[in-house]
Amino acid sequence: MLQEIRHRLWQRLIVHIEPVLLSALALLMCISLLVIYSASGGNWNRVLGQGVNILVALMALWFAANLPLHYLMRIAVPIYIVGMLMLIGVALFGEINNGARRWLNLGIITIQPSEIMKIAVPLMMAWYFEKNEATLKLRNYLVATVLLLMPVLLILRQPDLGTAILIAASGFFVLFLAGLSWRIIIALAVAALASAPVLWSMLHDYQRQRILMLFDPEQDALGKGYHTIQATIAVGSGGILGKGYLNGTQSHLDFLPERTTDFIFAVYSEEFGLLGNLILLGLYLFVIARGFMITANASTYFTRLMAGSITLTFFTYAFVNMGMVSGILPVVGVPLPLVSYGGTSMVTLLLGFGILMSIETHKKLVQT
Amino acid sequence: MFGVGLVLVMFALLLIRFVYLQIVKHSHYETLAENNRISIVPIVPSRGVIVDRNGEILARNYSGYTLEITPSKVADIETLIGELSLLVDITAKDRKRFKKLLAESRNFESLPIRNRLSDEEVARFAAQRYRFKGVDIKARLFREYPHRELTSHFIGYIGRINEQDMSLLEASEDAPNYLGSDYIGKIGIEQSYEKTLHGTTGIQRVEVDSAGREVRTISSTAPVSGNGLTLTLDVKLQAVAEQAFGPYRGAMVAIDPSNGEILAFVSKPGYDPNLFIDGIDEQSWDELSNSPDVPLNNRALRGQYPPGSTIKPFMALAGLALGKRNASYTISDPGYFSLPNTSHRYRDWKLDGHGSVDLFKSVVVSCDTYYYGLANELGIDNIYNFMSQFGFGKKTGIDLEGEVSGLMPSSEWKQRRHKQIWYPGDTISVGIGQGYNLVTPLQLAAATATLANDGTAHRPHLVKKIQPVPNALTNPLPDAPPASNSTTDSALNNPLTTPMGNPPINLNPEHLGLVKRAMVAVTKPGGTAAGAGWGVPYVMAGKTGTAQVINIKQGEKYDEKKVNERHRDHAWFIAFAPAEQPKIALAVLVENGGHGSSTAAPIARKVLDYFLLGKIPKPLPIIKEADNAPGD
Repeated sequence: MLQEIRHRLWQRLIVHIEPVLLSALALLMCISLLVIYSASGGNWNRVLGQGVNILVALMALWFAANLPLHYLMRIAVPIYIVGMLMLIGVALFGEINNGARRWLNLGIITIQPSEIMKIAVPLMMAWYFEKNEATLKLRNYLVATVLLLMPVLLILRQPDLGTAILIAASGFFVLFLAGLSWRIIIALAVAALASAPVLWSMLHDYQRQRILMLFDPEQDALGKGYHTIQATIAVGSGGILGKGYLNGTQSHLDFLPERTTDFIFAVYSEEFGLLGNLILLGLYLFVIARGFMITANASTYFTRLMAGSITLTFFTYAFVNMGMVSGILPVVGVPLPLVSYGGTSMVTLLLGFGILMSIETHKKLVQT
Repeated sequence: MFGVGLVLVMFALLLIRFVYLQIVKHSHYETLAENNRISIVPIVPSRGVIVDRNGEILARNYSGYTLEITPSKVADIETLIGELSLLVDITAKDRKRFKKLLAESRNFESLPIRNRLSDEEVARFAAQRYRFKGVDIKARLFREYPHRELTSHFIGYIGRINEQDMSLLEASEDAPNYLGSDYIGKIGIEQSYEKTLHGTTGIQRVEVDSAGREVRTISSTAPVSGNGLTLTLDVKLQAVAEQAFGPYRGAMVAIDPSNGEILAFVSKPGYDPNLFIDGIDEQSWDELSNSPDVPLNNRALRGQYPPGSTIKPFMALAGLALGKRNASYTISDPGYFSLPNTSHRYRDWKLDGHGSVDLFKSVVVSCDTYYYGLANELGIDNIYNFMSQFGFGKKTGIDLEGEVSGLMPSSEWKQRRHKQIWYPGDTISVGIGQGYNLVTPLQLAAATATLANDGTAHRPHLVKKIQPVPNALTNPLPDAPPASNSTTDSALNNPLTTPMGNPPINLNPEHLGLVKRAMVAVTKPGGTAAGAGWGVPYVMAGKTGTAQVINIKQGEKYDEKKVNERHRDHAWFIAFAPAEQPKIALAVLVENGGHGSSTAAPIARKVLDYFLLGKIPKPLPIIKEADNAPGD
């Protein structure tokens, strides 16, 4: 009897968890702990901290996975509105930290509203398209674009280029998955190119520096280009098999910046080489592939948009981070998903995967 | 579908980038990473010690404390120095020197802000050390010349390596050996034996972090200390000679005629070489460079003076060897010499002449008239050829740099130099060592040694032995592979210490005997150096000389008392003893000392007495000149 209760409780606990996806995520998080130990120079506090981050994020994942889909639909608009209000709040009286105004002090806790928007924006847009599914017109796409651009521009102003790019990408993926025609995408791309000078003028000096640096990091080898050069050296010197765990000289001798956060991939790549990179790319591909499968199997328009957007945003994280560390993209402050140290991005990412799992598992329940 | 394609294309792009970085360009980035992490730290060898022939230390190293700043660890150096100066005395000069070092320094070097801290200062700083990040007290080796002025003109000194030294080092490919060295020999033996003394720099490969801090040592090669030098010189003899000069300026070189070993090498006044090691301060420099006594001038090596009458024994030998004179040839000296059919009178120093003079007497009384005639008969080119055999007009090849060659004129020389033919009148004054000819004290000493040694010349040299330092004594890092001794070998073959190897001058022993006997008689009653030779218990041979500083007009008498002290004649004395088996030959020059007999010969006597008898002379009474002698 007791056993029966325990069994049913367990069932209740894991029923909405998608085991294949979770396994891949768990592997990535193991890599995270392993590399953070090396990158921090054997600092157990740092490893423990990331462990706590992971636990909290797993709870978020469980919560999201158990959230019925119609609840998700229902909270989309309120979350978006609250998020927007908070972004405006940040712009008006946010706390300045390291020259950027990203944080909002709510008295009890200090939060970064832009992180909420990573989920809220695609959620809102997916909700909007779901509502208008039957009568989609160009006007709807324009409204959705406005819904996307408002938060993106606010975040760009903070300034937080990395987050802005990720949110813009997630929104763009919703637009794209919602069937925005190629012609319009191309037209938008042209428009984007045309507005590049305007955007350029909106960028902060340090953002422009970072973009310029991409094209010629050697120009300022000890200044702004230093990060990129040292990271490229770390990756390149790793070779095929890497220097071995805990043996990376670039990281352990302090040449790499932000080793446990944005540049953790350089540490990993230096110690595990091309082989390690292949494993990591493989794991990411696996997660993305699983995401695509969930997307393909999604039962509603809304869930399909959400699942696709979450999956592609995850891909964007991985691509942008590895691209910037290996020197083909500018340094924009995007973490390596599930590996970089940090609670916020971990929670946001796992919330996303929780939603993916919810989409997958609640559909099954509906079917049976 | 599009999403899948996008993901695959982008990841393929990443993969291509990884392959490019990690396979194609791997070795490039590996090198960059290695350069990042490994830094070569040189370990400076300790410099060879220089001792005199009896083991008395002339140049040594002592360890002292320096206060050093590592600029890379310090945010505001100016403020830091300001705070340090409250604890430790830091002068404006120290600051200036530090700024200069800072400008020239390599990345993570620590640079001395203050040298030679006192124990009290070390203690004071140690108590406050926690306040000063990037500041350390370090033990370093300093060079010291304990005999100061006494050895300055042959030991020389080391100084900080400057740009000029650096470019010379780079040209000679020795630069790697000087990676960590701050000092290099600038002058004297310190300069000419630089390679031998310096030693081989050790190399420590250390892993450094991005801030340049040493993390660990990867490998190291121990430094090999520089070889020590044992000099031929006897510093006690040197001290006796210096003291014997009393208040006079001048030079003296004493040589062992049998092998060319330099026993004493005096140039007065000297200077304190210790002042130059870390850059001389302005005041001391002004004092040294503006002094009328020119203490920085190495008179023994670079001073060129007319040899005066000290040339006469050599001229006598020339007359005998070339058949123009023999022992019995006698002239009647009226007190002057005139060329046939001219009225110009070349005057003897003794106005009424020496009467009947043969070769022996000509040396003993230093008869000018005898040598006017002899020179005229020999002709300048015969004189030139004969004198050149004794090294006149040529560098001796001593193991010091900067030697000058003096001047032995010839008709060819005058044509070349002055575009004029040689007049017979030019030859006359050469016969008594005035005219065009110039010698250095070193040169005259070497020539005297050759004469004393019956015509066999040895290259004068200061270094007797190179002492390789046993590796174990100097090796601060055990288990390092033994370094090669190649530097030692090449140094041992230093051409500067090899004998001259010239064939002996072809001299008739009878001629030599006659001239030597005459030189002995110079120091006996009736000779020009009778005073200096009085009561000498060994057989001393010598010759006085006077080098004119200003010309005396025809028909005017030189009056020592009337001439400004600085315009007085220079006094010469050459000597060797014991005459039958010479152990020492020397040349003494006393600037503005008047006659050789009065000032130079007594100095020589004191040196010989000490060298041959071990007699330590009482301090010379300082002769107070009656008038216009500047207080020096």
